[in-house]
Amino acid sequence: MGQDEMKMYHKKTLVELSVLLQAGEVSSVELTEYFLARINAHDKNLNSFISVTETQALAAAEQADAAIKNGTAGPLTGVPIAHKDIFCTEGVRTSCGSKMLDNFISPYDATVVSKLKQAGMVMLGKTNMDEFAMGSSNETSFYGPVKNPWQSDRIPGGSSGGSAAAVAARLAPAATGTDTGGSIRQPAAMCGITGIKPTYGRISRYGMIAFASSLDQAGPMAQSAHDCALLLNAMAGFDDKDSTCLDKEVPDYTAELDKPLSGLRIGLPKEYFGEGLDAEVEKVVRGALDEYKKLGAELIDIELPNSGLSVPVYYVVAPAECSANLSRFDGVRYGYRCENPVDLMDMYTRTRGEGFGAEVKRRIMVGTYALSSGYYDAYYLKSQQLRHKISEDFREAFEKVDVIMGPTAPDTAFKIGEKSDDPISMYLSDIYTIAVNLAGLPGMSVPAGFVEGRPVGLQITGNYFQESQLLNVAHQYQLNTDWHRAIPEDFL
Amino acid sequence: MSYDSAKWEVVIGLEIHCQLATKSKIFSGASTAYGAEPNTQACAVDLALPGVLPVFNKEALRMAVKFGLAVDAKIGLRSVFDRKNYFYPDSPKAYQITQMDHPIVGKGHMDIELENGESKRIGITRAHLEEDAGKSMHGSYHGMTGIDLNRAGTPLIEIVSEPDMRSAKEAVAYMRKIHSLVRYIEISDGNMQEGSFRCDANVSVRPRGQQELGTRAELKNINSFRFVERAINHEIERQIDVIEDGGRVVQETRLYDADKDETRSMRSKEEANDYRYFPDPDLLPVVIDEAYVEQVRQSLPELPEQKKQRYMAEFELSIYDAAVITASRELAAYFEIVAAQCGDAKLSANWVTGELSAKLNKAELEITASKVDAEAFAGLLQRIKDNTISGKIAKEIFEAMWQGEGSADEIIESKGLKQITDSSAIEAMVDEVIANNPEQFAALQAGQDKLMGFFVGQVMKASGGKANPGQVNQLMQKKLKS
Repeated sequence: MGQDEMKMYHKKTLVELSVLLQAGEVSSVELTEYFLARINAHDKNLNSFISVTETQALAAAEQADAAIKNGTAGPLTGVPIAHKDIFCTEGVRTSCGSKMLDNFISPYDATVVSKLKQAGMVMLGKTNMDEFAMGSSNETSFYGPVKNPWQSDRIPGGSSGGSAAAVAARLAPAATGTDTGGSIRQPAAMCGITGIKPTYGRISRYGMIAFASSLDQAGPMAQSAHDCALLLNAMAGFDDKDSTCLDKEVPDYTAELDKPLSGLRIGLPKEYFGEGLDAEVEKVVRGALDEYKKLGAELIDIELPNSGLSVPVYYVVAPAECSANLSRFDGVRYGYRCENPVDLMDMYTRTRGEGFGAEVKRRIMVGTYALSSGYYDAYYLKSQQLRHKISEDFREAFEKVDVIMGPTAPDTAFKIGEKSDDPISMYLSDIYTIAVNLAGLPGMSVPAGFVEGRPVGLQITGNYFQESQLLNVAHQYQLNTDWHRAIPEDFL
Repeated sequence: MSYDSAKWEVVIGLEIHCQLATKSKIFSGASTAYGAEPNTQACAVDLALPGVLPVFNKEALRMAVKFGLAVDAKIGLRSVFDRKNYFYPDSPKAYQITQMDHPIVGKGHMDIELENGESKRIGITRAHLEEDAGKSMHGSYHGMTGIDLNRAGTPLIEIVSEPDMRSAKEAVAYMRKIHSLVRYIEISDGNMQEGSFRCDANVSVRPRGQQELGTRAELKNINSFRFVERAINHEIERQIDVIEDGGRVVQETRLYDADKDETRSMRSKEEANDYRYFPDPDLLPVVIDEAYVEQVRQSLPELPEQKKQRYMAEFELSIYDAAVITASRELAAYFEIVAAQCGDAKLSANWVTGELSAKLNKAELEITASKVDAEAFAGLLQRIKDNTISGKIAKEIFEAMWQGEGSADEIIESKGLKQITDSSAIEAMVDEVIANNPEQFAALQAGQDKLMGFFVGQVMKASGGKANPGQVNQLMQKKLKS
């Protein structure tokens, strides 16, 4: 390995960078400058960042270097990271991808942000996303669509598309994401990176701008399962500022990575391999499953009979919750306010009419309708009942298997603009991921190969709080495959 | 009351909003103290910044349960917070967190005393926890409205009654009882000027004998006992006028304007908000167990009703005196000290409900701010009991004590107000009065009994009020017979 190759820090995983930092072979300032330079060079076209926080990043890097020198550093100290712009960051614009919050400088840090800060990580900036996390393609962002690093006329997935693209293009070693119906896993799949959505309640939601409170969950997005494990160690844990966050001990997620997989029971839901799944994507996924067989796992056919209900249920529950969550954006206290309102009603209607994009307005209207007097029972209440049934499917499945596998998405990344006018077809992009949120289970996406140069993700779903097992299952696969090390040509 | 109550029956239900006296807000750590500079007691959660989440204040839960137990209600072992959606600038999230289908307090009741001395049971439908809103301030803000969110997130219990009240007076009596109770059990300061205790009244009328209820109007914004009575009476008359003029009462929300002393329409049912209630996904259901409820029950003080019954049994007080004294926990405590020290509960009750209460009312003071403390007051009553002074002189001494002139004994001493019980001294005065009024005495001897009062009065006057009235009477009788 030549001197130049040594300095190709973007080709290193977070774990590898951590080792270099600890060994003093690179400083955090050097690494930070390195990635800032990459962002500078590549992101104009890619559009994965909404804000780049160069000054703060370098200051944080200096602190990290001091910590490394005086021996108070942890494994994440000095490693750069990008935060999805849904996380509040003190003193930094937190836009949530919306015109509504284009001028919003958060006065506080989200718990996830402060935990990673405490762990010594260096924030490079805030990544692009679908407006208020509503979208599967990153096209609903006020800041314009993010391009897929693998094929720039394609979408990166969404809503954490900026995070996924930034990691895939190696503009950041890792990023945070949030997942309400697949928003970590689906873009991870489409960009060829690794992402995990933990069990609902595992990571604090405080400071994470709410889309659908009962479904939202933060998680790490990085190159490998091992990277994700290190990040999850710092992100998970109880927070007394979030009543839905569970007071449950956080294990060391790296501890079980090396466990052999012999005897692992993998469930294959027949519903995830049926109509709607692209044949080439299926081939890739079957290839990954073969790999697991070689590793000693047992493949078991299972059924999730109510999984067909997950998209319709989701599109009642999520809009209903968002219709209330987004009511606070009223132009009164912060954020966008329309010009020269003539009265209160005018201020409300124009502020919200002008400040929100079309998809956000669509969901607010759907949710408002679903909660309306006379419709509540038929929509919201019914959805809650069906949600319970969907969870029951998983409960029964996990009596027979340890993990469930299938494709993360039915197809690879589609073309920018291809589905913009067809919300239903867009919504179906999350058909395999949504049920996991409705049940509150942990789920992951792992790069498993390519179709016509576009990445395909393998989704691994586990039982409640079995993140260690998911990461172990993913890591063992990554020890035996190279898909996660592939870098798009334009970003080599 | 100027309507024909033989013809019309009035039906009233109250929704009382009572602020709980927690130190911090119901879903945030900000202070609930009243009167701070605008928006200095509103934290990120109260401002509804993006990303913030509510965390339930367990002290508010304890207080709500305490209330439930005090009105003998069923406690909701699993209660659920809901979002009530509506846009208003003083509602920062544009939804209020409240409890809809699963309130913390279920069915209970409160007994009120009617004017005829009977008591009446008013049903309490439920009481639920919720957060207060902020305040809109229409001052000099360059034509704009100011918003103060200090109050936003202050814990409230909304106490909903059954439509069991049949007059404005009953409504006031009920409201007073609830007001007394929440202060008794120390869950609210009950300060009505500061808005800690306020109510909405649902009022309807129907021809007497009719089974079905009339269409109701909801009166909002009532923050004093006086206004409740006036607002309800106005509304009753308005509704009767509408019906008698051949019209129909419409279901609507009306605002009571205390300045103009009238109610006016705010919005009709057609315009009413659809609040789109649904369970708040940011908060878990509140689950408590019987052990917790029992623990709260143990912390309850003796309640006004129990105390009232005890006073009637133990001190043989009238229901009226017992009710008046037990209406305030502090007054009852004062009374008990006085009664114990002077050894005469009935005398104590008379004086506490009479002179003392009148003095406090006139000075607009709470019992805790009384200028004569319980020990000193008992000292005064002891002198009545041991015949050192008469009741009349005692009133004079009480006045002096109120003015800070010292204890009862000091004042008796310095002003020479000790009662004259020396028979020979009194007899001398009696003889003198008889000598000065020979004609009247002759008439008295001739059978004009009512002149007895005149003679006793004259003797008392001559003694400067210090003669023992009983002895004066006895001596006069003796003179008459001799």
